[in-house]
Amino acid sequence: MNYQPVIGLEVHVQLLTDTKIFCGCSTTFGSEPNSQTCPVCLGLPGALPVLNGTVVEFAVKAGLSTNCTITPRSIFARKNYFYPDLPKGYQISQFEDPICQRGWLDITLAGQEPKRIGITRIHMEEDAGKLVHGDSDMGAGSGVDLNRACTPLLEVVSEPDLRSSDEAVAYLKQLHQIVTWLGICDGNMEEGSFRCDANVSVMPVGSQTLGTRAEIKNVNSFKFVKQAIEYEIQRQIDLIEDGGTVVQETRLFDPNSGKTRSMRSKEEAHDYRYFPDPDLVPLVISEQWIERSRSELPELPGQRQQRFMADLGLPPYDAEVLTASRALSDYFEAGVAAHGNAKAVGNWVMGEITRALNDSGSSIENCPVPPERLAELLKLIDNGTISGKIAKTVFDEMWKSGKAPRTIVEEQGLVQVSDSGAIEGIIDEILAANAGQVEEYRSGKERVFGFFVGQVMKASKGKANPALVNELLLGRLKGQDGG
Amino acid sequence: MKLTVAEVEKVARLARLELTAEDKELFAGQMGAILGYVEKLKELNTDGIVPTSHAVPMENAFRPDVVRPSIGLEKALANAPEKSGTFFVVPKVIE
Repeated sequence: MNYQPVIGLEVHVQLLTDTKIFCGCSTTFGSEPNSQTCPVCLGLPGALPVLNGTVVEFAVKAGLSTNCTITPRSIFARKNYFYPDLPKGYQISQFEDPICQRGWLDITLAGQEPKRIGITRIHMEEDAGKLVHGDSDMGAGSGVDLNRACTPLLEVVSEPDLRSSDEAVAYLKQLHQIVTWLGICDGNMEEGSFRCDANVSVMPVGSQTLGTRAEIKNVNSFKFVKQAIEYEIQRQIDLIEDGGTVVQETRLFDPNSGKTRSMRSKEEAHDYRYFPDPDLVPLVISEQWIERSRSELPELPGQRQQRFMADLGLPPYDAEVLTASRALSDYFEAGVAAHGNAKAVGNWVMGEITRALNDSGSSIENCPVPPERLAELLKLIDNGTISGKIAKTVFDEMWKSGKAPRTIVEEQGLVQVSDSGAIEGIIDEILAANAGQVEEYRSGKERVFGFFVGQVMKASKGKANPALVNELLLGRLKGQDGG
Repeated sequence: MKLTVAEVEKVARLARLELTAEDKELFAGQMGAILGYVEKLKELNTDGIVPTSHAVPMENAFRPDVVRPSIGLEKALANAPEKSGTFFVVPKVIE
């Protein structure tokens, strides 16, 4: 039998605020355990939470950017359960009336039509603390660090509209791109700023009834999401084929084995007893607020891709690569503004710049070659001062020293040789020294031509104007007998 | 309108309370009496009345996103029954 996987994702987006959602403690990552705590986030009796206004601003922006309806009046609820990383014995979250509802994202897999993925809801909530296990100093116990407790999160819940691991990853990447683009999340998956739980089930192809789902937790990279979902789909299919049944449970993904395993179900049935949190007053978001927020939204990646194609004439692939992040596309646009040729700037950004960033493990935000300097370099190619090949040498030097391209060209004597007399001189030497190859060429082996070009360029230390070399060399070999 | 012992046990388990058999009997009666008292509200006609989530007619209380000093490790950990370094220590949690 053939099976159809059905996948829904719950994504936790940690918001880039300076302070926690309900108190003024700092959200800086990596500080000394429990140094960023106060009576509110420690859950001490009598402490009262007050909502961070920036969290609401961010939530509205996220909702508008994912085509959600903003709920005019939303409330916070207490989700009650006991766990040592949750000091109050309840998590402040939203249950009924979350701030954003009924949105969607369109994903496009290579070679396929766009597909709309529904977003059920986006709600605000506080994160829990961090547990540390297996530290010898703690004896038989576990350590609790509450620095992360009360950190603001958005939980973005998709409809079960995803049908493969590739669709799930495409949706996740797009959501990641939007929240980082908006500047509301740093997107760091390793540090847990953007994390994903996947609900996976399978059903026979053509069935209308969803199978029982398992929820996979602890997936902190795009690669692992793909692996975890694929493993889980196959596990469920094998189980059903062997006559078993899938049980509804929470499973953990183990990146080392690439497998998911059942978490021993410690709370029998979940019974969270949600109720409105009396400590937090209702949140009312007016039409004016929504319109102001909408007007403050940046141009989003999808819109910018369309503009790059329509106004700059970029091919779809280039437009997509150049809008991978807001910083990258801002860099590209600044380069185009300074130079004028979008295709040329785009090729350099996607080529040399990206390569150099990867090699140095750096990001475009810290690129040592500003876009204006890149434009200067390209102008040197345009006006024939240097060849495209030499430009790469100059670029490497710009990257290392931070010097202006013209300075490097002058200091290292890299100006392109476009003097035909000088180039002819080199050509004569090369032809004289390689009489055998000249014979081969004249007897019809035209492939040898590339060899001559290479030799001439090498002899000129790469400075000869390649177009001129081609032209003169061809004339020499084809025309009058030069030998 | 007494609660069943099973209902009392469920509530006790969710609250992590350990009750004796006598406790369960006692609370089954007491909790039933409380619920019965609140049950009286059902006699009111509430057609057209919006559910009340908050008793105070107030909305949109915000705090600016400005860092305030935390209370410091000494105070934060002062009441910890057990600690190690600057961690609180709890009985081992197996995942």
